Amino acid sequence: MAKKLMKGNEAIAEAAIKAGCRYFFGYPITPQNEIPEYMSRRMPQIGGTFVQAESEVSAINMVYGAAGAGARAMTSSSSPGISLKQEGISYIACSELPAVIVNMMRTGPGLGGILPSQGDYFQAVKGGGHGDYHLIVLAPSSIQEAADLIMDGFDLADIYRNPVMILGDGMIGQMMEPVEFKEPGKRPLPAKDWAATGWDGKSRKRAVINSLYIAAEEMEEVMARLKARYDEIEKKEKRVEEYMMDDAEVCITAYGTVARIAKSTAQKLRSEGIKAGVIRPITLWPFPSETYEKYCGQVDFFFDVEMSLGQMLEDVKLAVNGRKPVEFMGVVGGSVPTPNQIREKIMEVIRREK
Amino acid sequence: MTKVFEKTKMLTDVPFHYCPGCTHGIAHRLVAECIEELGMCDKAVGIAPVGCAVFAYKYFNCDMYEASHGRAPSVATGAKRVHPENLVFTYQGDGDLASMGTAEIVHAAARGENISVIFINNAIYGMTGGQMAPTSIMGQVTTTSPYGRKKELNGMPVKMSEMLAVLDGSYYIERCSLHDVANIRKAKAAIKKAFRYQMEGKGFSMVELLSTCPTNWGMTPVKACEWLKENMIPYYPLGVKKEGSTL
Ligand SMILES: Cc1ncc(C[n+]2csc(CCOP(=O)(O)OP(=O)(O)O)c2C)c(N)n1
Ligand code: SF4
Repeated sequence: MAKKLMKGNEAIAEAAIKAGCRYFFGYPITPQNEIPEYMSRRMPQIGGTFVQAESEVSAINMVYGAAGAGARAMTSSSSPGISLKQEGISYIACSELPAVIVNMMRTGPGLGGILPSQGDYFQAVKGGGHGDYHLIVLAPSSIQEAADLIMDGFDLADIYRNPVMILGDGMIGQMMEPVEFKEPGKRPLPAKDWAATGWDGKSRKRAVINSLYIAAEEMEEVMARLKARYDEIEKKEKRVEEYMMDDAEVCITAYGTVARIAKSTAQKLRSEGIKAGVIRPITLWPFPSETYEKYCGQVDFFFDVEMSLGQMLEDVKLAVNGRKPVEFMGVVGGSVPTPNQIREKIMEVIRREK
Repeated sequence: MTKVFEKTKMLTDVPFHYCPGCTHGIAHRLVAECIEELGMCDKAVGIAPVGCAVFAYKYFNCDMYEASHGRAPSVATGAKRVHPENLVFTYQGDGDLASMGTAEIVHAAARGENISVIFINNAIYGMTGGQMAPTSIMGQVTTTSPYGRKKELNGMPVKMSEMLAVLDGSYYIERCSLHDVANIRKAKAAIKKAFRYQMEGKGFSMVELLSTCPTNWGMTPVKACEWLKENMIPYYPLGVKKEGSTL
């Protein structure tokens, strides 16, 4: 298939359609409006359904209904709207339903602003809604990768019967890049024999889409099942990109579009004789801790850059576990760090350590 | 020997957890019988609420969902959009539908969503122990209106059926009562009509059922039926509020 120049949000919407998503439920919020707008145009052309819900609360519950009925369903929003979806996400997680949720993060807390941010890492990775659950959290750093991850995301959701979040920093949604849509995934998918499709009384068990377990033993059994699934995901689905890490002495780490800036920074540093490399987590949960462990003996220090006050930082520190210093640079409010700014900070650390 | 009554096969054999004399049991039976009599057993999909009917998914012998508090109409929207051939119904209490889920019910009706809503109005929060509901009537004593519901403090009860009937998206809205046999029969006819309209693709339908909560009203079941008749019906007049499309 030929490459097409597309805006990130539109590429995400088209990738979802290519992945077989035919049910989209949304609510307007900047900077993700192009996703529902695109869906409202495309879905009627292909026999799909687009509903503009009355709120994000309602939209996520429509996803619950459609996913429970066996369909590939999706919603998208940005930070304040994702907060409203948390109750529904928790129900979807406990009811073991596959669904894809896109968060094009904007600055916050509160109403914040519409500029890019990575301030929802904790919310996405550490829970967000109530209870003991995990989302599979995928963080694209280019529009091509966003499209690929959306398609993989639907598969992962189906395979593990678990909600998947695509966590993009607003830039991913707004910039334009060439994108090529892959063929839909080839992974074998389990049959959805649990879906509420109407029951003839014999061909399968009666379907009950539910997250209520009053008896301790029942709830414990569900949690044990979820735990086993989370363990399996941790074992099989970690994804990470290592960039010029072979001989790196300085490890910059970042996710999303910030990781691209980190790569430019590493190149710049190398041209000045400083051996820098980048670790870029692609799955934020499960977090690729082993990759950091692997380089603890080799690098002098880790340098985490985020558009937040320091959220992934906690996971990096846990992975490094005190073996090497973990330095941090946070840019907040909506501005994006430049390679020069990152380089300056890294040079400060190098001078200090000498 | 001729059999004159048989439990509908649309109810499972799981014993109801409802309090003795509670009308939730009657409402369940009516809904289940209507599904069976319409021959829709293999097409029915129900959405249970948060409230005393939270376990409805154990009782209705069809595919079921349990929704979060108030959101059943949105869940039903998702379920129905995927399988338009199914008979999709929600079963919601007054806390669920008229308080927590007002946005969801109003907009499901406004969209003309082709689902049927069974709305149990017992003027109180049953499950959480008898707190004031948006539908509690004036002067009604509850655990959170211990001096009786007052206009200045609590505002006025919400008449959901009248409210939804003014929306152009709704097709059929009727309020019935479960306090005596004659009214129970009317309620069943209304539920059946709502389901039939859905099967005909007419759009949003709701049957409000005035119900009792003997436990939290602090009355015997018989006294509760009398109280309903004397206190609820004057404020919540029975009858069809909307039938047919406005436009
Ligand atoms: C988000 C949320 N808030 C509050 C509750 C607690 N809660 C459980 S049932 C209920 C009220 C139900 O009352 P109603 O809808 O009138 O149904 P009834 O029990 O009277 O049948 C509430 C508030 C909850 N489960 N979830
Ligand atoms: S608490 Fe009230 S509404 Fe709930 S089951 Fe008992 S009588 Fe019925």
